[in-house]
Amino acid sequence: MDFLSEFGAILMMQGFNGLSVFSVLLLMALGLALIFGQMGVINMAHGEFLAVGAYATYLVSATVQTYLPAFMPHYFFFAMALAFAVTFVLGWLTEWLMIRHLYKRPLDTLLATWGLSLVMQQSLRSIFGPREVSPTMPDWLMGSWQPTDGVDIPINGLFVMSITLILTVGLLVALFRSGWGLHVRATVQNRSMSGAVGIDTKRVDRVTFALGCGIAGIAGSAFTTISATGPTSGSLYIVDTFLTVVFGGASSLLGTIASAFLIAQTQSVSEFFMTGSMAKVLTLSAIVLILMLRPQGLFSIKVRK
Amino acid sequence: MAAVPMIAAMPGLVRAQTPATATVNTTKLAITDTEVTVGQLHSATGTMAISETGSIQAEQLAIDQINAMGGVLGRKIKVIQEDGASDWPTFAEKARKLLVSDRVATVFGCWTSASRKAVLPVFEKENGLLYYPTFYEGLEQSKNVFYTGQEATQQILSGLDWIQKEKKAQTFFLIGSDYIWPRTSNKIARKHIENVLKGKVVGEEYYPLGHTQFGSLINKIKLNKPDVVYAIIVGGSNVSFYKQLKAAGITADKQTVLTISVTEDELLGIGGENCEGFFSCMKYFQSLDNPNNKKFVEAFKAKYGPKSVIGDVTQAAYLGPWLWKMAVEKAGSFDVDKVVAASPGLELKTAPEGYVKVDANHHLWSKTRVGKIRRDGQFDVVYETAELIKPDPFPKGYQ
Repeated sequence: MDFLSEFGAILMMQGFNGLSVFSVLLLMALGLALIFGQMGVINMAHGEFLAVGAYATYLVSATVQTYLPAFMPHYFFFAMALAFAVTFVLGWLTEWLMIRHLYKRPLDTLLATWGLSLVMQQSLRSIFGPREVSPTMPDWLMGSWQPTDGVDIPINGLFVMSITLILTVGLLVALFRSGWGLHVRATVQNRSMSGAVGIDTKRVDRVTFALGCGIAGIAGSAFTTISATGPTSGSLYIVDTFLTVVFGGASSLLGTIASAFLIAQTQSVSEFFMTGSMAKVLTLSAIVLILMLRPQGLFSIKVRK
Repeated sequence: MAAVPMIAAMPGLVRAQTPATATVNTTKLAITDTEVTVGQLHSATGTMAISETGSIQAEQLAIDQINAMGGVLGRKIKVIQEDGASDWPTFAEKARKLLVSDRVATVFGCWTSASRKAVLPVFEKENGLLYYPTFYEGLEQSKNVFYTGQEATQQILSGLDWIQKEKKAQTFFLIGSDYIWPRTSNKIARKHIENVLKGKVVGEEYYPLGHTQFGSLINKIKLNKPDVVYAIIVGGSNVSFYKQLKAAGITADKQTVLTISVTEDELLGIGGENCEGFFSCMKYFQSLDNPNNKKFVEAFKAKYGPKSVIGDVTQAAYLGPWLWKMAVEKAGSFDVDKVVAASPGLELKTAPEGYVKVDANHHLWSKTRVGKIRRDGQFDVVYETAELIKPDPFPKGYQ
C-alpha cells in the first residue's frame, strides 16, 4: 500500500474517531440536558444512573452466560431495555421522594442529588464489589468493518453511534411533535400559566425526570461496549457531561448537540497532532476561553421567569 | 493444629518457648506475653480499593497461617486495619495513628507510589516498619521500608530483552497513564531500547487516568506500525484500551503487545477474550507451576472463594508477613532496628513465586517472567529469567 492511500485510510479512521467521541459525549449529555434544560434541576447523580444502566447490562450478561449461553449473541438489546426500565423507575422514585420537594430551591437539588450520587456509589460498591466489571460482549459487536483494505471501523463505535442517533432523533421528535413535548415546553416557558391551562405540571416533571434518567441508563448500557464499569465510573463521566451541557448553553438540546460535536472534533483532531494529555488541556482551555466570551454557552433560549 | 492448644495447656512449656516480653521489646511496642499488634494500611474504599483489596486479602491469609503455626516468637498476631481511603493525606494520618497511638510492631500497606511517598516521612520520623507490595518505579530506598514487589529494572529490562530476541523487534510504541509510575517506567524503557537494544521508539503517549477514548491513539499505532506496543495503562482505562484495540482489528496475530500493568485482577474486568495472545511482564502469575504456588492458590481460593484471582501484587503482599516473621525470629526481637538489621540475606524458600532473597538495599531478588494472556483470564508463562535478578533501585544510566 502506498503512502497516500495509507494516509487516506488513517484520515478516514480519524474522522470516524471524531464522530465516535461526539456520539459518546452526546449520549452522556442527553439525559442531563433534558432534565437540566426542561426542569432547571442539576442532577449530580447522572453519572450513577449511567453506572446503574451498565451494571444492569452486566447482570443480564452474567445471567445469560450461566443459564442460556446459546442466547449470548442476542442478549444485548434485552440488556439495554432492562437498563432503561431500571433507571426509569429509579428516576421516577427519586423525583417523587426527593426532587419534587425541592423545586423552589434549585441549589438544594444540587446538594441533594450529590448526596444521592454518594449513596448510589456506595450501594453499587456493596452489591458488586469495588472491582471494575465488564459484561461479556456478543462476538459480532467486537469486530471491525473493513470497507477497504487498511481501514478498520470498529463495530462497537458504529453501535454507540446508532444508539445516539436513534435516541437523539426520538427525543427531538418527542419534544417538538408530541403532546407530551408540548406540555414539557409549555411548562418550561411558564410553569404557573401551564398549570392554569390544565397541564398537569407535576406529572410532566416526573415523566421528564424519569426519562432523563432512563436515557442515562441506556447510555451506560451502550458504554459497556467500549469501557469498564465500576462503582466510581459515574464520577468519570460526569465532568465531561457537565462540560458538554454547560458549553452548549444549558437549556437547549440543539446546543448540547453542537457542543458535543465541537468538543469531540477539537479533542480528536488535536489528539492526533499532540499527546493525549496535551490534547485534553488544549480542549479544556478552548472551552474556558469561549465560555469567558459567551457565558451563556453556545445556544440559549429565552426563558420567561 | 492440635498441637497449639496442647502447648497452651502447659504454661511451663510456653514460657520455655516464648522469650520474655521485656527482652524482645525494648521500644514500648504493643506487645504482650501472648500477642503482637501489627497494622494494615490499605485503601478499602475509594478508587484504589479495586487494586488494594487483593493485597489486604493476601496479608490476612499470611497472618492467619502464621497464627495457626503458633505466631511470631510465640505471640499471636493481632491486626489493626486502617483505611487509607485512596487519599494520600489520610494515609499519612493513619500511619501516624498506627505508629504513635497503637504502637504497632510493623505495618503492611500502601499500593500507589503516591501513598507510599505520603507515609514515608512518618515512618522515618517515628522509626516504624513498612512492608510495601507493589511493583514500582524505583529511585527510592528507606531504612524503614521493605519493598516486596519489583523495582523498575527487574520488570522492564529483561522483559524488553526477551521481546526483542523473540520477536526481532526494532520499533516500539510506548503508552502510559499520565502520572509518575508510567512516565518513569517508560523513561527507563526508552533508554534501554535506544542505548542497549539499539532499537527505535516511534511514539510515546500519555492519557489522563480514567481516559476511555483511545481511537486517536489506535490510529497512531496503525500509522507507525511498531513491532511492539509497550503499554503501561492503569485501572479501568485498561478495559477501554483493550476493547477498542480489539474492535479496531489490532489483535495478537497482527500486533505484538507487551504490558507491565495487566495482571489477573485487571483481566477480570477487561475479559481475556479482548487481549488474548498479548504479553504481560511480571514476577508472578497465578498459573505458576510449583508446589509452593499450588498450596498458596488453594489456600487463597478456600478463603476467598473459587472465583477469586491472584495477581502479581497480591502475591508480593503475601510475602510481607512471612519476611517480617523470619526477620523477627532471626533477630530474636521485635525492635525495629534489630528487625531491619536481621533482614538482609533472608531467604524465603516457600514463596509462591518460587524463592526470594532480601537484598541489603531492602528490595527482593526475584525472577522476571513473561506471561501470554489466555482467553480464560489466566497466563501461560512463556519465559522466565534463569537467575534471580539483583534489585537495583538506582540504576546507572537510566535516570
